[in-house]
Amino acid sequence: MTVAIDRATGKRHGERAPRPGRGQRLKQNYQKHWYAYAMITPVAIVLGVLVLYPLVYGVYLTLTDANSLNTARTIGVNHIDATYKFIGLDNYADILWGDTAYDRFWSHFIWTIVWTALCVALHYCIGLGLALLLNQKLRGRTLYRLILVLPWAVPTFVTVFGWRFMLADGGIINTALDALHLPSPAWLEDTFWQRFAAIMVNTWCGVPFMMVSLLGGLQSIDASLYEAAEMDGASAWQRFRYVTLPGLRSVSSTVVLLGIIWTFNQFAVLFLMFGNTAPDAQILVTWAYHLGFGQQPRDFAQSAAYGILLLAILIVFTSFYRRWLNRNDQQLAI
Amino acid sequence: MSTTTAESSATVSPTAPAQTPGRIRRRGDKSLAGSLVSHGILIVASLIALFPILWLVFLSLGPDKDDYLHPGGIWKKMTFDNYSFVLQHTAFFDWLKSSLIVSLGTTVIGVLIAATTGYAVSRMRFPGYRKFMWVLLVTQMFPVAVLMVPMYQMLSDLQLIDSYLGLVLVYCSTAVPYCAWLLKGYFDTIPFEIDEAGRVDGLTPFGTFARLILPLAKPGLAVAAFYSFLTAFGEVAFASTFMLSDTKYTFAVGLQSFVSEHDAQRNLMAATAVLIAIPVSVFFYLVQKNLVTGLTAGGTKG
Repeated sequence: MTVAIDRATGKRHGERAPRPGRGQRLKQNYQKHWYAYAMITPVAIVLGVLVLYPLVYGVYLTLTDANSLNTARTIGVNHIDATYKFIGLDNYADILWGDTAYDRFWSHFIWTIVWTALCVALHYCIGLGLALLLNQKLRGRTLYRLILVLPWAVPTFVTVFGWRFMLADGGIINTALDALHLPSPAWLEDTFWQRFAAIMVNTWCGVPFMMVSLLGGLQSIDASLYEAAEMDGASAWQRFRYVTLPGLRSVSSTVVLLGIIWTFNQFAVLFLMFGNTAPDAQILVTWAYHLGFGQQPRDFAQSAAYGILLLAILIVFTSFYRRWLNRNDQQLAI
Repeated sequence: MSTTTAESSATVSPTAPAQTPGRIRRRGDKSLAGSLVSHGILIVASLIALFPILWLVFLSLGPDKDDYLHPGGIWKKMTFDNYSFVLQHTAFFDWLKSSLIVSLGTTVIGVLIAATTGYAVSRMRFPGYRKFMWVLLVTQMFPVAVLMVPMYQMLSDLQLIDSYLGLVLVYCSTAVPYCAWLLKGYFDTIPFEIDEAGRVDGLTPFGTFARLILPLAKPGLAVAAFYSFLTAFGEVAFASTFMLSDTKYTFAVGLQSFVSEHDAQRNLMAATAVLIAIPVSVFFYLVQKNLVTGLTAGGTKG
C-alpha cells in the first residue's frame, strides 16, 4: 500500500526520547488526531447505538431464561412486566453439553462446517474455471459474461422460489430425471437431498460473484509476466501455477474470506427453501432463528446464545485466517 | 453438474498450445479444438445460469396454480392474466412502496454517515485505528441471530416494530460499516498527492475531503449506494420478523405470503417474482462492473 500523508506521522511506541506527561500527551494526541476522530464519530455513534448496545443486551439475554412468555410485553392495554431471571452460563452449558446437545447443536455445527466448506470450494473452483475461460480471446465473451452474471443479479428471494418450483415433486427436474430413467429424489423432503439441493442452489447463486471478482484479478495480472514465462518455456500448467495463482493471491484471500463469512451466515437460501420443514438441513444461523422466532414460545435466550457462539466461531476463524495471511506476507484486500 | 466445467477447463488449456508446432502463434490464439471446448463449456454454464430464471418466466404465464407440475400444458393457454391480477388485486404496490422506502432510507443514511469514516480510515493513522478497522470487519460477520433478539426487544420497547424507521435502523447496523469498508477501498485508489496538494494550499482535512476527494469519489459513493440498496432490498430475516402488517411487507416478505398453509398461489407468485426480478436485474446489470471494483478495489489494484 502507498504511504499516506498522515500515515507517515503515525509514530511507534517509544520513538521520542523525552516522554511528556500524561495530560500533555493526551492533549497532543487530541490536537493531532481530532480530525480523524471527528470524522469517524458518526459511524462510531451508529455502531455504538445500533450494534454495541444490542450486542451487550444480547449477551445479557443469554445469561437469562428469557422467552416470549416471560419478557415484558403489552397485550391490548395491559402491560406485563418482565419476569425472566438471571441463570448465568446455563444456556451455553446446555447448548454445548446438555442432554440433547448433539441433536440440537453439534449436528448442526458439523453440517454448517461441511456446508461452508463445500459451498465456498465449489464457488471458488467453478468461479475460477469460468473466469479463466472468459479471460481468453473468445468470440462473444462479453455476452457470456453478462449471462453468467445473471444469477447474481436476480435477488436471492426470487431465485430461491424459482428453484423450489423446479425441485418440487412433480417439478421439471424430477420430470427430466424420470424421462432419463434416473431416480427422482424427494428434493424438498429427504434430509440428504435437502442438503444436496441447498448446496446446489447456493452454488448457483454464489458463483457469479467469485467469477467476476477473479476475472477482475486475472485482468490485473501483467501480460508481460506471461510472455516472460512463455519465453522461458513454461507450459500452460506452469504458467497457471506460477503466474496466475500468485497473481490472484490477494483477490483470492479476500473473496474466500468474504465467501466463508457470507456462506456461514447464509440465511435466505435455507430459510426460503425449507422454512420450518427441514430441521436437519438447518445450519446454525437458521436454527438460531428458528429457536428465537420460528416456534412458540419463542426462546429468546437460547437464540441469542447461539448467535453469540456463531459470532465467536467467526471471530476466532478470522483471526487465525489473518494471522496465517500475514505469515505468508499477504494482505487482505478489504 | 457444473463442477465438471471447472475441472475440464483446467485440463483443456494445457493441451491446446501443444498442437500446431509449425505455425507461429501469437499469445491468446488458440487451436480450433481448444476454443470449441471453451465455447462448449461456456454455453453449458450459460444455460445453467439462465434456465431457472427463464423457467420462472415461463411458469408465470400459466394461468393455473398447479401448472408448474405439468408445464407442457402452458404452451396452449399462455396468458398475462397472472400479471394483471397481481398488479390490480394484490398488495404489490404497497410492497413496492415499502421496499423502496426501506432500501432508499438505508442507502441514504448509510452512505452519508460512512463517507467521512471511509476517508478517515483511508488517509489517517490515529491511535485506535487498528481496533476500529477490526470492529468494522467484525460487524460484517454478525449472523442475523446475534442482533435479532435484542433488536426485537429494543424496537418493541420503542414501539418501532412494524415501522419503516425500525427496519431502516436495523439495516443501518450492517449497511454503515459495510459502506465504510467499501469507501475506504475506493478512497485508497485516489492518489494521496491530491490530498497533499490540497493541504499545501491551506485546506483543512475536512476541506480536502469535501472539495477535492468527494467529487473524485462519486463512482465509489455510487457503488456503496448500490450495494446497500441491493442488500436492503433483498434482506429476508429481519424483514419477515419485524414487519407485521401485510401492507408494510417488503417484496422479500410479500412473496412468501402467496404460499400459506392452505393455499399456494404459485402462478401469482411466479408473476410477482418476475415483476420484481426484471427491474432489479436491469439495474444490477448497469452497475455490476463497478460493484466488483468497489468490493475488491484494494485487492485488484494492489
